[in-house]
Amino acid sequence: MLSLWMIVAAIAVLCFSGLPACLMPSRSAAGQRLAMVLMLLGSVIGLSGVALSSRELIPPALSLPWSLPWGEFAIAIDAVSTFFLLPILIVPALGSIYGMSYWKQSEHPENGRRLVLAYGLLAGSMALVVIAHDAILFLLAWEVMALAAFFAATAEDDNPEVCRAGWVYLIATHVGTLCLIAMFALWGHATGSFALNSAHGIPAGAAGTIFILSLIGFGFKAGIMPLHIWLPGAHANAPSHVSAVMSGVMLKIGVYGTVRITALLPVTAEWWGGTLLIVGAVTGVAGIAFALGQSDLKRILAYSSIENIGIIMIGLGLALLGRAQHQPVWIALGLGGALLHLWNHSLFKSLLFFNAGAIIHATRTRNIDQMGGLAKQMPRTMSLFVIGAVAICALPPLNGFASEWLIYNGLFQTLGIAGGAGFPVAAIAAVPLAIIGALAIACFVRTLGAVFLGTCRSELNAHAHDPAPSMLFPMIAMALGCICLGVFPLIAIKALEKAAQAWASLPATKLSIKTAAPLEWITMMGVALLVSVGVIVLSLRKTLRTQSVRSLGTWDCGYLRPTARIQYTASSFGQMLVNLFSFILWPRSSRPAMRRPFPATTEFQSVVPDTVLERLIMPLFSFAGRYIPWLRVLQQGQTQLYILYILIIVVVLLIFGSMGVK
Amino acid sequence: MIDKIIHILLLLILPPLLLGVINRTKAWFAGRKGPPLLQAYYDIVKLMRRGMVISRTTTWVFVAGPVITLVAVALAGMLIPVSSFNAPISFTGDLILFAYLLGLARFFTTAAALDTGSPFEGMGAAREVTFGCLAEPALFFAFLVLAKISGALNLNTMLHSPALGFSAALAAPLLLVSIGLFIVLLAESCRIPVDDPNTHLELTMIHEVMVLDHSGPLLGIIIYSSALKLYILGTLLLHLITPFEAGVAWLNWPLFVLELVTLAVVIGVIESVMARLRMCHVPYLLVSSLLFCGFGFILLVRYYQ
Repeated sequence: MLSLWMIVAAIAVLCFSGLPACLMPSRSAAGQRLAMVLMLLGSVIGLSGVALSSRELIPPALSLPWSLPWGEFAIAIDAVSTFFLLPILIVPALGSIYGMSYWKQSEHPENGRRLVLAYGLLAGSMALVVIAHDAILFLLAWEVMALAAFFAATAEDDNPEVCRAGWVYLIATHVGTLCLIAMFALWGHATGSFALNSAHGIPAGAAGTIFILSLIGFGFKAGIMPLHIWLPGAHANAPSHVSAVMSGVMLKIGVYGTVRITALLPVTAEWWGGTLLIVGAVTGVAGIAFALGQSDLKRILAYSSIENIGIIMIGLGLALLGRAQHQPVWIALGLGGALLHLWNHSLFKSLLFFNAGAIIHATRTRNIDQMGGLAKQMPRTMSLFVIGAVAICALPPLNGFASEWLIYNGLFQTLGIAGGAGFPVAAIAAVPLAIIGALAIACFVRTLGAVFLGTCRSELNAHAHDPAPSMLFPMIAMALGCICLGVFPLIAIKALEKAAQAWASLPATKLSIKTAAPLEWITMMGVALLVSVGVIVLSLRKTLRTQSVRSLGTWDCGYLRPTARIQYTASSFGQMLVNLFSFILWPRSSRPAMRRPFPATTEFQSVVPDTVLERLIMPLFSFAGRYIPWLRVLQQGQTQLYILYILIIVVVLLIFGSMGVK
Repeated sequence: MIDKIIHILLLLILPPLLLGVINRTKAWFAGRKGPPLLQAYYDIVKLMRRGMVISRTTTWVFVAGPVITLVAVALAGMLIPVSSFNAPISFTGDLILFAYLLGLARFFTTAAALDTGSPFEGMGAAREVTFGCLAEPALFFAFLVLAKISGALNLNTMLHSPALGFSAALAAPLLLVSIGLFIVLLAESCRIPVDDPNTHLELTMIHEVMVLDHSGPLLGIIIYSSALKLYILGTLLLHLITPFEAGVAWLNWPLFVLELVTLAVVIGVIESVMARLRMCHVPYLLVSSLLFCGFGFILLVRYYQ
């Protein structure tokens, strides 16, 4: 029980960490520092609570009555909650250290306090969501989280672009919440209570509807395609440490919802897993394809988050398929891979967003086509970016590989490797996963090249330099995490297996990840890779000492006056792939006409807008704005009138009811 | 144990010979005498003793590119069994590590190319990653077919299965997959009709253009690693197109070398009789490799039902 109280205390500290700062002067650095200390304190208390709870045999739970007509204040911590609590407790705390130099309160007197308050509230409410054991409490915490994220992401509200992104987010998140309210209402109707207890008795039809509603509702938050519309804009326009928390942790809360609901429902049909596999594959491939077309550094990272959510969904789909087909190996590998990828993504995506923040801080632009050659001025940032990029491309020996490897192994198992007929159609999901991997390499080589390599394309980065230690430290911590989990993935295996047991309600002996996928080989191969690279570099150094090494300019192929502008830009690097995927990307470009023999100076522009938002949602909304304003007659802004509507509808329902119409 | 040592020795020593065989075949077709068979070895040894020119624009990525590529490709080679012998390293799921090690090599080769800031090398890097995206799905469909046939998830069992339990029903999927994988081999090792290893400074080249600025030992490492990649992909393919073994175990070694040299001759013949495809047609070729492997898988699933 102590562990539970510690986590509750941690949530309270996190939620109110920004409060003291609000009582202090708006330029006061002390307020921000105090908030950071409180965030760290909260996360230390919470982490010790998590550590304690993992020792307890029965998951600690607590329920208190409250004065609301429905539900109760019920919280419980099982292995799934603990798994999600770790990134929630770690990433925002590191982000608050990062924010000390990135977003100095003295430089942002108008909205500094608001950001600090919303940031703490975001962290605390996310933690409350994953331990809530009651639908009403869950929804309340969910809504606080959504609003806190809105206020944190729109901290720079003097910028109209930020406001627009904020509105899109607010609308999207509430449409999602609407689905969740419908889902929990159905849940309460089908199970007879709002407690989030196992609902194995409910009819298959209701279970399927709940599953679909939860997929849509949580999908808005997680950012599965095509419900991702809010994600690129909000992530790009939020301050970088907020983007790191949103992308590294908040999207995972959407995944948590899906994981939790599917754990409680009886999974009997194959179409659940199949749907998730398809959704995951589409989200993954489309997400990374969109990332390839962007030239805004943070939009690239945001779209790549969508891609990673796709990968996680593929793993989850496989696990659901395993439940329907009674194949524990698929569950162990699918859920294990999905959850490990979730941790991994929290690590490398926060690292990359912190990194992006350092770059933007130094160059004052987000457009990677204007950067270039930053490796010279920001060597540490660049090395950390390479680690993040290799990890996110799922390349060995870093952590992204370990988790995707588990998912791949699981997908190949559906061929019927362990015996039985299997479900070979599901194995085809390995192919989109491979395409995602190859596209991720293209995307991140492109970003690395455009930002850090080559020579500087504009004057913007003349004064760039590595960021302050308080910004470097969180990045180094994340990078170390990437290396540790990549080379020694076995350290996560206990948490993974426990979570899988809690999810599938199966005994531990059936869900051993280690017997299905020998992770110790990943360690050995990773060590072999690192050691051999080290040996070759050392021996190369030795030979080079005896031989001459001259330093000249890049070979210009005989062209005498090369400029930085003839370099391949990020847009040109991605052009072939963008054209290949033009059926979903719909790239727009303004091609200047060259008429006379000596054409005048002209401009070429190419941009890949978000297809769903720009071509579907926006036209839909402007159509509604143009053709349905007559409905405003009903909207007079007087409370009495609205209550009158309610009265009329109740009376109509009464009449229908008394006539026996159902 | 001895088999493993021979395996590693062949992996380390044999690859440059393939370049010699291909070049000799091409020379024979062109009516020339051609370079000596061992020319690639001479080149590599000479380059390793040379000095280097390193561009001022570059960073550590420029050096890391060839080194990491070499290590990644060599480790991938350790996972592929040769003829009837098992690979030195084998475990469940090694096929995925194999594919991703090649991905790691691609990441660092292209990053090193971009490190020079040269527009030419940027072009090559962009093409390399694009064609990589198209070759990857074919490879995974081929893995799915082999995993389904063998019922195992390690390259040893998977690649030995065509030789062990060969049935007529499996011939069609395996044939389709072999064709698909052969296209992947040509693309990944940058041969005609995808890329021409002999050209320099043409607007349509891929691999050679990425390494324009590398010189001395680094260039030696690059030439060696690309030969190594050809060797391991060739070894992989040979399990499918020549699924037979000699009765005596040791005879399999010379048989394997013979098969590999024959494959190199075939590649040489293709390079002699075909022109390189136009750049915009290369994706079609790679998509057709995907189609071959994909239909192979569908046929196979149909068979097992």
